[in-house]
Amino acid sequence: MMVLWELCFEFFKAGLFAVGGGLATLPFLYDIASRYDWMSVESITDMIAISESTPGPLGVNMATYAGYHAYGVLGGVVATLALILPSLIIIILVAKILEKFKENRLVKDTFATLRPCVTAMIAAACWQVMEKALFTVDAFLVTMNPADLINYKAMCLFILCYWLMRRYKKHPILYIAGAAVCGIVFQMA
Amino acid sequence: MKELWTMFLTFCRIGGLTFGGGYAMLPMLQREVVEKYQWATEEELMDYYAIGQCTPGIIAVNTATFVGYKKRGVLGAIFCTLGVVFPSLCIITVIAAFLKNFQDIIYVQQAFAGIRVAVCALILDAIVKLWKKNVKSIWGIALFLIVLAVMILLDVSPILVVIGAAVVGIGLGKAGVKV
Repeated sequence: MMVLWELCFEFFKAGLFAVGGGLATLPFLYDIASRYDWMSVESITDMIAISESTPGPLGVNMATYAGYHAYGVLGGVVATLALILPSLIIIILVAKILEKFKENRLVKDTFATLRPCVTAMIAAACWQVMEKALFTVDAFLVTMNPADLINYKAMCLFILCYWLMRRYKKHPILYIAGAAVCGIVFQMA
Repeated sequence: MKELWTMFLTFCRIGGLTFGGGYAMLPMLQREVVEKYQWATEEELMDYYAIGQCTPGIIAVNTATFVGYKKRGVLGAIFCTLGVVFPSLCIITVIAAFLKNFQDIIYVQQAFAGIRVAVCALILDAIVKLWKKNVKSIWGIALFLIVLAVMILLDVSPILVVIGAAVVGIGLGKAGVKV
């Protein structure tokens, strides 16, 4: 029972103070691992790998995984709910305030400027994923041969996916499922 | 009640099909929340993302809470938020319980190498849509390029970028410039 309270408290704290997405929870997890014996530093590395191989937000996956190892299914549920509770409360408050000031000139101007900036932030994140998935920068730096810069299988699949998306505009899951099959058939890892 | 259930299931679908964190959720959100159900506009999604960068918590969760609150108040916020985490909770519990070394299975690695490529294409497609909606003036293009360069070249916290952009926005608004 004590473990459940500790899980609840620790993940509530991580949810309250980790600003800026799933990876921001990492330092909190390392802190938890150093103070409690229900989670090890090695298991955090495993969690990152598992999170990258499953759907869903990284932070949530980590909370569930750590909670499960500490106290079974109940531990997973408690850790996950504790992690999302602070942001649930804060966002409801922010949404309430935003409703009041929606028509305010200053608020409108600010959000109008933020939109191109957020678009750029998403583009930057997209670039980071593309660099890893489509290019082989490390191999290029060793050989300095431009032909080694591109992951050809991935690039072909990328162009095909993008073209099909623009042409047919089907549900994203179709492309994800198709790409998973291609990944296995063409042994992309 | 029926609507709350629809919201829960929709966000389950979004959470269960988001591979690679908050930004990867965008194509799913555009499809389900903006185009299919019209619970929020494309512009509102961007505002939620901006706020999500500066408030604690996971962006995917924050966005779900916002959409739910806007549509059905506190109850809607709770249903959407629980919906978005429910699939991960189930999947990770099953993996933790039964599949030791799940991430070392070669087929899983190959499938995810493929999925990552599709996610790149999906996000790129989402960005093109966002660009059309949100970058409307020469000032917008300038801001886009500056933020893109800062994010890729410098190791700056996204919180600082959002706060900086907000300050610039207030200044431009005062000067009477339309972004």
